Amino acid sequence: MSEDDERQRSPPSDLDFVSNKARNCNATGSGSGHPEFQSAYPDQVLENVLENVLHFLTSKRDRNAASLVCKSWYRVEALTRSELLIGNCYAVSPARVTARFARVRALHLKGKPRFADFNLMPPDWGAHFNPWALAMAKAYPWLEKVHLKRMSVTDDDLVALAELFLGFKELSLVCCDGFGTGGLAIFVNKCRQLKVLDLMESEVTDDDTDWISCFPEGESHLESLIFDCVECHINFEALERLVARSPSLKKLRLNRYVSIEQLYHLMIRAPQLTHLGTGSFSPPEIAGQGDQEPDYVNAFVACKSLVCLSGFREIIPDYLPAIYPVCANLTSLNFSYANITAEQLKPIISKCHKLQVFWVLDSICDEGLQAVAATCKELRELRVFPVDAREDSDGPVSDVGLRAISEGCWKLQSILYFCQRMTNAAVIAMSKNCPDLVVFRLCIMGRHRADHVTGEPMDDGFGAIVMNCKKLTRLAVSGLLTDKAFDYIGRHGKLLRTLSVAFAGDSDMGLKYVLEGCPKLQKLEIRDSPFGDAALCSGLHLYYNMRFLWMSSCSLTRHGCQEIARGMPHLVVEVIRSSDEEMDDAVEILYMYRSLEGPRTDAPKFVTIL
Amino acid sequence: MQGTERDLNYKETELCLGLPGGGGGGGGENEVESSPKTTGKRGFSETVDLKLNLQSKEAGMDLNQNLETCSKQTACTKDPSKPPAKAQVLGWPPVRSYRKNIMANQKNSSEECEKAAFVKVSMDGAPYLRKVDLKMYNSYQKLSDALAKMFSSFTMGNYGSQGMIDFMNESKLMDLLNSSDYVPTYEDKDGDWMLVGDVPWEMFVESCKRLRIMKGSEAIGLAPRAMEKCKSRA
Repeated sequence: MSEDDERQRSPPSDLDFVSNKARNCNATGSGSGHPEFQSAYPDQVLENVLENVLHFLTSKRDRNAASLVCKSWYRVEALTRSELLIGNCYAVSPARVTARFARVRALHLKGKPRFADFNLMPPDWGAHFNPWALAMAKAYPWLEKVHLKRMSVTDDDLVALAELFLGFKELSLVCCDGFGTGGLAIFVNKCRQLKVLDLMESEVTDDDTDWISCFPEGESHLESLIFDCVECHINFEALERLVARSPSLKKLRLNRYVSIEQLYHLMIRAPQLTHLGTGSFSPPEIAGQGDQEPDYVNAFVACKSLVCLSGFREIIPDYLPAIYPVCANLTSLNFSYANITAEQLKPIISKCHKLQVFWVLDSICDEGLQAVAATCKELRELRVFPVDAREDSDGPVSDVGLRAISEGCWKLQSILYFCQRMTNAAVIAMSKNCPDLVVFRLCIMGRHRADHVTGEPMDDGFGAIVMNCKKLTRLAVSGLLTDKAFDYIGRHGKLLRTLSVAFAGDSDMGLKYVLEGCPKLQKLEIRDSPFGDAALCSGLHLYYNMRFLWMSSCSLTRHGCQEIARGMPHLVVEVIRSSDEEMDDAVEILYMYRSLEGPRTDAPKFVTIL
Repeated sequence: MQGTERDLNYKETELCLGLPGGGGGGGGENEVESSPKTTGKRGFSETVDLKLNLQSKEAGMDLNQNLETCSKQTACTKDPSKPPAKAQVLGWPPVRSYRKNIMANQKNSSEECEKAAFVKVSMDGAPYLRKVDLKMYNSYQKLSDALAKMFSSFTMGNYGSQGMIDFMNESKLMDLLNSSDYVPTYEDKDGDWMLVGDVPWEMFVESCKRLRIMKGSEAIGLAPRAMEKCKSRA
């Protein structure tokens, strides 16, 4: 089916042309077009050419651009797009999607806004996968891959995926909920072609079902099995047998119910693993009895391809030296559940010369961060989480650690840093030492906390970040901040796409600076800041270009939001109450987003759509 | 103007929790309110409403000013320099509850069973080391049984009827140490090698760093200390 075929027929008769057209239609598999009986020969050639060319176009932005060229391009692009990324499940309906795109093999869908992770939104807000599952089943029976983030997925949805999509290969659920081990059992049993089952930070109900045993017998195609978030016991013998019959398995992340001895048995069966989540990394409760303790070092020596290590859910630090053999090859290490000290970290991190991604707890203190800075020259991403996530906890890491990282890891692109004490000077230092920063998220846990040395607000530090980090697209601010900080952001944050604000700013001007100054803003999430209706109005030019705006516990009123809703028909303006109190004019939570569909029909009682 | 705003900021923005909208996203607790009300929100909005009734309805700036004056009054009751342990604000710090739960669980389990007391156990002639958690046992007898099971393929000495070295009986001790049977020894916190059984069990658990099961004849070198202890008890 190429243009060469067309050229050989010369001159084409109408009949030939029509039959070609019909052939084209059948071949593209689209049920949506009907043959045009106008002579459109040149367009047909173009479409064939485009179809072949556009198959190579994978980036979503490129495809979006291509589809805007003309109707012809729009049509062909729609026929050839195989991977759909929908950043807000309510921005577009399943019906509209299936009407436009003919041959989708992979669907990425995101639901709830990020602040829902912190319990700021009542449960059962929405983001149900069910209508999508049903629509896909009818339109894309050849769908292979589904990747969901912050969606509500039921057991029935899982069953539907397994039963209605015969070639289904990959399921990835990140921060999802609504399903349990019962649904998983049926899913894994019926999905005979399953290659990837990734459950990450999702809430999985314990239905007391042994889902691991439900994988079908015989050789499995599994390449990735990630279930570290599943908080239930698993049948280890069944898991061992599954791993033994999965020769393609590269990624395995176990939950905390797998002991280190069990880990050993799995590792010796799967030395080809590239990604390993170690489970508890401690012995089972009955220690010191039974068979001899295995040589854990040998297990790690055998896994020569290991590049990504995580887990350590209930670590006994005595066992840490077992991982020495793989440190030199590691590009990613996640210690963010391992409460270890600097002394315990040092012998490990000093071997991790290739490390690019490092997640860790603040238990390692500034000293531990200094050790990281000394060795990990290739570090691209650092996340430091708090052991004790309370406002007034002790802060073992501070500006000292941040500065050390900035001085040692100049290639840093992404940082998430929880602390209690910070200085402008350290943040400024990082802005200068790490020019490649794309993501800068600093969380000073005590609200409104100033620079602990100078007593000044943290305006200048964040100002330096937006000024000096020219590639910055994501920013999260904290500490004591005046409107000045937002002035800086509006002036210099020209590439900013995501901004998170909490307990910051003095007045409406703060928000105005941002809305007027940041043209590329996509996602804006604000809580507990004194921004009101006037500020909201200054963003009208931006809202259709944004994915969403979240504002909770600010100074918004209902009639202010109503004004916005009235003026912008393609914006869904949701006012969310967290309790059953009577509605006054004050708006507790505003969540608004562009949508082609208008108000959603599945909104719960506590949501009012203006 | 900016200076005074900044001074007020600390108090003002803290009290912004009580703004229409509630304390930290609804349902959260406002640390300023010491009243028994479940949320500070209601009380605060009452104050705000009062102010609004006295003035003409103007949006924006007036509202902020009202809140400033309100907050100044209530802020005086609180010492801004070192606030007491605060009631936690909802959803802050922004750590996913998934992660918070895991850290809480870890803390609980480590508090419950205290830190385990893992010590290495080596046996002369055996090809591998073992590890035992001394906290799993509450007596020398239990430990000795466990060790016997662990190294059962090797001959273990007879420790006497109680399963431990009888320091009371000088001759029994000398017999044991002269034989080719195995005796358990341990390295204590000071780095000294001692025969197992010479101190009360709890003290042993606290001070034992590691265990070594060696031939009685090799343990002779430790005998002087053991003999001293025997003598001192006699």
